[in-house]
Amino acid sequence: MPQVVGKQYKEILKKYLESHSEEDLYVGQQFSRRFIEKEIAPEDVISIHKTALLELHPELQDEVWDSLDFLIEMMIHYGFTLRERQSLIRKQEIIQMEMNVATKVQNTLLKTESPIVEGLDVGWISEPARQMNGDYVHFINREHESSVAVADVMGKGIPAALCMSMIKFGMDGLVGENSNPGKALSTINRIVEKSVDDSMFISMFYGKYNSENKMFSYASAGHEPAWHFSNETGTFLELDAKGLLLGVKVDSVYEERSVYMQEGDFIVMMTDGVTETRTEEGFIEMKEIQNLLLEVKEKSASQIAEHVYNNLTEAQNHRLSDDFTIVIFKKK
Amino acid sequence: MNLQVNILEDNSVQYFKVVGEIDAFTAPVLKERLATVQSVQGLKAQLDLSEVDYMDSTGLGVFVGFYKAVTANGGHVKITGLNRRLNRLFEITGLDEIIDIEMRESEDNDGTI
Repeated sequence: MPQVVGKQYKEILKKYLESHSEEDLYVGQQFSRRFIEKEIAPEDVISIHKTALLELHPELQDEVWDSLDFLIEMMIHYGFTLRERQSLIRKQEIIQMEMNVATKVQNTLLKTESPIVEGLDVGWISEPARQMNGDYVHFINREHESSVAVADVMGKGIPAALCMSMIKFGMDGLVGENSNPGKALSTINRIVEKSVDDSMFISMFYGKYNSENKMFSYASAGHEPAWHFSNETGTFLELDAKGLLLGVKVDSVYEERSVYMQEGDFIVMMTDGVTETRTEEGFIEMKEIQNLLLEVKEKSASQIAEHVYNNLTEAQNHRLSDDFTIVIFKKK
Repeated sequence: MNLQVNILEDNSVQYFKVVGEIDAFTAPVLKERLATVQSVQGLKAQLDLSEVDYMDSTGLGVFVGFYKAVTANGGHVKITGLNRRLNRLFEITGLDEIIDIEMRESEDNDGTI
């Protein structure tokens, strides 16, 4: 193979040395792509050049040949670096493939359906900052009740996607009393603690709306507090409940609380991609997010979620710095 | 962006002074430095974050991992010099209940929450 390339190179070089024309120089440029395609190292390119020149102009002085030998030595390290780079690119392609698989898992296996429960309007948005979403939302529908888990999984790629499927199947298996937020988090925590590596952890807010008594009960595993907007007073109340991140301590206990939802009330559940929005001027204040919510409090749950999303992405020049998730439960 | 981690040993306490922002890019540096001591039996570690103004959940992950490794070996972790934002992060995540933390002195007696 190198002989063929060498022969062709000699022809091109010969032509150029005779004509000095731009056109022949251009042919040479095009030809250099073949070197790259055939993964010919830089030092070998100079060897080919030397061989061609020797055949074309054997009368040249020794200094020319010696200097070309010298140049070959000089190029050897460039060759090493190039090969290293090529192997890095191949590695990167493998990682990219893994990411694509994980994203597929996330988009198919972990799909969730918005709940349909009497008297409750649900709207939500979950957008990844990059390819893979570290935030995870999962709904469960039972007769008269809908539950939601809003989670932020530290770590990306396959481990995170596997972790999310663990949460999903753990949640789907919860029935009766075990589906109450406090108990649900304890159960999920035990699953996560056993199977997750030390620096990977999950924060999760777990809420459940019961359409019979119109109560929203909730518990939190180290997650951002949710907000309860009271239509009567026009104010927000922070819904925080004590509880440690999932996967840190096996016997963690999760406090459970509940609020009554009146007509027009809504619950806002978020991840830190919303509350820790960073703009050029610094962090967005909670008050600003609440003002955005107030502007559209009469609208549907989906419209409320969209309004916050649109405004906060605009504030970041349409480039999310962190995964963004907001879920609204609104009492019709 | 860069992060500096200086280690000082004083009366058997490993003292870490962290300077910079802790995020997805710099957290591996911190993790690597902490990993050099975390398997020491009965380690007493103190992490000074008074010159850390920003940390995201990646950083928190590093501290959780360090805490778990150190306590598993019968050691103790103390984190000091937290600003209000960092302190809130430890409070929300419930980590303040299990890790010994201390706020920055200048922020301790501030009346506004």
